[in-house]
Amino acid sequence: MLSSIVTTLTVLLIIVFLFSEGLSVFKESPLEGDNIIVLNHHNTVSHITSSDIKDIFDQNITNWKSLGGSNDSIILFTFNDIGNYFSEEELGPEFEFLPAKMDSLLESENGMIAVFSSKYLIKNHKSKVIQADNITPYSFLTGKEWFPTANPAVQLGVLPLILGTLYVSFVAIIFALPVGLATAIYMAEVADEKTRRVFKPVIELLAGIPSVVYGFFGLIVIVPLIQSTFHLPVGETGLAGSIILGIMALPTIITVSEDALRNTPRSMKEASLALGATRWQTIVRIVIPYSYSGISAAAILGIGRAIGETMAVLMVTGNAAVIPHTLLEPVRTIPATIAAELGEAPANGIHYKALFALGCILFLITLTINLWVEFSSKKRRFGK
Amino acid sequence: MEKPDISRKRLAEAIAFWIFRLLSLGVMGILFSILGFILYKGIHVVNWDFITKMPEDGMTKGGIYPAIIGTLCLISGSMLFAFPIGVMSGIYINEYTKDSWYRRFVQLMTANLAGIPSIVFGLFGMSLFVNKLGFGDSIIAGSLTLGLLALPVIIRTTEEALKSVDEGYRHASLALGATKLQTIRRVTLPVALPNIITGFILSIGRVSGETAPILFTVAAYFLPKLPSSMHDQVMALPYHLYVISTSGTNINESRGMAYGTAVVLILIVLILNLIANAVRRYLGKKYKTN
Repeated sequence: MLSSIVTTLTVLLIIVFLFSEGLSVFKESPLEGDNIIVLNHHNTVSHITSSDIKDIFDQNITNWKSLGGSNDSIILFTFNDIGNYFSEEELGPEFEFLPAKMDSLLESENGMIAVFSSKYLIKNHKSKVIQADNITPYSFLTGKEWFPTANPAVQLGVLPLILGTLYVSFVAIIFALPVGLATAIYMAEVADEKTRRVFKPVIELLAGIPSVVYGFFGLIVIVPLIQSTFHLPVGETGLAGSIILGIMALPTIITVSEDALRNTPRSMKEASLALGATRWQTIVRIVIPYSYSGISAAAILGIGRAIGETMAVLMVTGNAAVIPHTLLEPVRTIPATIAAELGEAPANGIHYKALFALGCILFLITLTINLWVEFSSKKRRFGK
Repeated sequence: MEKPDISRKRLAEAIAFWIFRLLSLGVMGILFSILGFILYKGIHVVNWDFITKMPEDGMTKGGIYPAIIGTLCLISGSMLFAFPIGVMSGIYINEYTKDSWYRRFVQLMTANLAGIPSIVFGLFGMSLFVNKLGFGDSIIAGSLTLGLLALPVIIRTTEEALKSVDEGYRHASLALGATKLQTIRRVTLPVALPNIITGFILSIGRVSGETAPILFTVAAYFLPKLPSSMHDQVMALPYHLYVISTSGTNINESRGMAYGTAVVLILIVLILNLIANAVRRYLGKKYKTN
């Protein structure tokens, strides 16, 4: 029956589509549209990265020397100051003389640089046209600036997003693991059958509530609470995200670790009790160590859930793409970035592809987590 | 020397257990405070007009009828696709494959698919169904995306349901001369049915609440009319809640509508959970006594 391979097929298709779109971001020029970089023909600089372009425009780099060129200060031409150079008559009513003027302007100063559309490039130009380097995987992963629509060159550094995602998720698990584990121990070892029968469906329900409802609750209740407690200008912070994610991770942690605790052989527990240990000692010394790998699987799965969660995080974390330093700042996670920006990114543009590349990163993180849990649980099953 | 030691142990146990009890009650408390808060704030918004009228005045008044219809479209579309394939796949894996590398591989892939974040499904759906296959933002693209998301849930519950069927039934049926297919159709499936249906209902709950996969495949901010074909965009409840609570021109005026939408979403999940439990109990009993 073909249907059994449908999941395999889907996973493969997801990989193919995600990666073919995502990896093509590295073949794209970071310049917007048909823009080109034009320099004086004496300039020895032959390629330039998108973060260099940004530094030039922000005037953080002011000498060609720091880009490996000669010792000339950088003179940046932007169309905002075109009036300083030419009068309207000189450019002509339809800007038909602009290309020639641009060429001569660029040739007048050694340190001149301009970024403009290639349609303004005169055919037999003296000035030198260079390429902006494509985004490299290294700069993509380690770049600290995420400005996917910046002009003239997009800045695609996903480090703040990756760190934001991990930060929010780990803090969520720090909240959720002790509570979840305590609940699991209570359900597996302490509570009587009747209490358990009440708890079980409640936890199922907690897992069933749509994430957008959690997000709504966070937005209405937790965000204002954080804002007033810590006297912040905005309550949309990493902390709000962590609290909501912690609540959302609880059902996963509780069910998985309860299963693990329950798998402790009765004989081991009874041996411990027969030796005079109390139930509490038995739990601490026998049951928890025995189900340790199951509990860690619960924690890892909980983190995986939290990393992939989109809507709730999108609604409560404030979505600022900066590397977070404290929990009381807005942060932005990978899924939230995709959800917030994909709608506005033109199909097949560099922004669109960069968001697919983010999807690839997310996919790889969660796949690793799943495989890890899967194989460590196999080992457990065969080992004992 | 012995006595105080024992009583101290007892005390430690009592304290630890009380902490556990309190934390567990805290978990219950969290759930009930979320549900209670939203129901308390929103239940008075929900009335017959609210669920049968179109939104009015920039979604600050009127109802959420088109969002309800949209969600129903998406539920039926995704289940139409995912349920038959999921059940067949579950049957095949459990009844026809031996415990081989093949079965383990398929199960691993199903587990992996279940672990993929919903936003990645959204990306995939957009890239394959919306762009590559040219469906555009449409019910069919959204349903297929949601269907893929629900697939692993259905496969796994079907597998579990079949696994819990007593081997004796299968052997008895085969011994009477029934073929394998007859055994599955007449014996195994009916016994496993309650659990399969439970899984089906729970996956409807999952599908009805998912937002990320439909963001870019089907959901519309506001549509003045109902969908007329598979290729139309629709509004959907979870997306509706998202947009009216985070964006739009008049967030404060539409707060009431947001509470109401959240109440409807919670009620859907609540009711589906209750039905699932009832089915499990009712049908489970029926087959045991027969």
